[in-house]
Amino acid sequence: MSKETRWDSMIHEDRQQGIFKVNRRVFVDPDILAAERTAIFETCWIYTAHESEVPSPGSFVARSVAGKPLLLSRDRSGTLHVFYNSCKHRGALVCRDNSGRARNFTCPYHGWVYGDDGKLVHQPIAESYAPDCNAEGELNLERVPHFAIHAGFIFVNFSADPISLVDYLADAAEYLDHVHVQGADGMEVIGGTQTYSAYANWKLLQENSVDGYHAESTHATYLSYIKDREGDVRNNYGRVFGRVRDLGNGHAVSESVNGTPWGRPSARWMPSWGEDVKHHIDAIYAEMTERLGEERATFLCHGDRNMLIFPNLIINDVAGLTIRTVYPKAPGYFEVSAWALGAKGEDPVIRDLRLRNYVEFLGPGGLATPDDQEMLELCQRGYAAMPGPSWNDLSRGISLEEKNASKMDELQLRVFWRRWHDLVRAEAGRSVS
Amino acid sequence: MSSAFPRSEVEDFLYREARLLDNWQLEEWAALFTEDGSYLVPSTDAPDGDPSTTLFLIYDDRHRLDQRAKRLLQKGAHAEYPHSRTRHLVSNVIVEPISELEARVECNFVVYRSKGEIKDVYPGHSIYHLLKQGGDFRIQSKRAVLDLDTLRPQGKVSIIL
Repeated sequence: MSKETRWDSMIHEDRQQGIFKVNRRVFVDPDILAAERTAIFETCWIYTAHESEVPSPGSFVARSVAGKPLLLSRDRSGTLHVFYNSCKHRGALVCRDNSGRARNFTCPYHGWVYGDDGKLVHQPIAESYAPDCNAEGELNLERVPHFAIHAGFIFVNFSADPISLVDYLADAAEYLDHVHVQGADGMEVIGGTQTYSAYANWKLLQENSVDGYHAESTHATYLSYIKDREGDVRNNYGRVFGRVRDLGNGHAVSESVNGTPWGRPSARWMPSWGEDVKHHIDAIYAEMTERLGEERATFLCHGDRNMLIFPNLIINDVAGLTIRTVYPKAPGYFEVSAWALGAKGEDPVIRDLRLRNYVEFLGPGGLATPDDQEMLELCQRGYAAMPGPSWNDLSRGISLEEKNASKMDELQLRVFWRRWHDLVRAEAGRSVS
Repeated sequence: MSSAFPRSEVEDFLYREARLLDNWQLEEWAALFTEDGSYLVPSTDAPDGDPSTTLFLIYDDRHRLDQRAKRLLQKGAHAEYPHSRTRHLVSNVIVEPISELEARVECNFVVYRSKGEIKDVYPGHSIYHLLKQGGDFRIQSKRAVLDLDTLRPQGKVSIIL
């Protein structure tokens, strides 16, 4: 069977029968992962960094993005550059720090020096080279083909001729705006990165991050902890809870207003935070109401949003506000980096509360995320049962998805999978032709 | 002044703490803390960070560490069901008395964790503030700093370090 035929059968959808199934091979097959690297990670816009991480002339960030070492440098004139972090001589990383300030980047191997704008400015014993060896700039640090910024979020694209970032983001652009406007002066990444991993396929984390249905079973102990502390808490988990929107191009949001049991530092107070904190929370709500109007302030402050930006970005605006990327290292192993966002210049009381509240639920030491990781690993282990059970069922709410998709349904997962299938199938078509 | 915190007694205390953790006597572990006690684990790229301004992995006050302990004993704490087997090794203890009733204690640790096919090692060092209360030591703060550049492939800190 050709790859094309094989991959055409990875998703089975029959809306009339109300069926949506994903073949479990997509989680274990190395050929699928190879196709994803090309069809998805080399084709889509990939989140790279937040503007606040390269705030001023001389700031840089070096990190791996879709497996590629990148270097973001804001030069002395304030222009942002995104380079491959690889010397044009023999390829060594020219920057070995994750972030900081630098005027130059010196390759540690033979000492080639690049300016903060990527220009080659020094080669030791330069007289042994032709005088015009860099006349065309071919020895300067190489730029990624494309980068673009929306609402402070920096994305790169490794393909030759991509659609614009704003077209790619489609309706998700508006949701990035919803993050950005929460600070009167914009938002910033707070120091400290949660780097973690799990022995599971990366797509399982994307599903899990926007899946409302698992909360009551996977996180029962977390929910009882909140209930124990807060007493009678908001908890609307039921058949119809919040809504899901298909944001286009594989992006989706799962959202609700006042439906979840946790507090939001920006800005939904809970009793256990105490009366002392309440006026700080009220001040945030008042400022946003003044600046953005009451309707939007209520939506932003009292609502929760779990956003999936295809393919590998999650922005959870819940008990904390997190930017999270996931990359596959193998079909059964993924790596995560997660950052916390906060309003620039925010009240120290709120900043502290934000960080306390974030790690209560979120992250590899939180009271909830480790149980998610465990569930994904249990799924991955379950896939070893193939060719026994070979299909995952994601049919929940399919008959209602056009008009009434609830957070408890699985539309958001299907949105991801439909886009995934289109891209991977197209790649399979190319590789067999 | 140092007589209130002889190293051998501090070491015995740390060994008893390690034994409670390895025996999954987690509520007894939580009871070692003072009423205002805290348990902190910084993110791996910010070992010297302040939890009120830096994203940590764990930022527990006394209430949350009590609940962490209680929750981990339930079957619904899935990442630790069935309980992993752990072994906490503690060494290189340095005691710096601050007053008759308070000392700063540093130690190195290695925690081995085994669960199913998974075998994880967590190396690090801890900084304690110990108080002497009613003849016993109590932990006012425990900051466990992982000597890891990233939390991979361990992936999570679902046990108590």
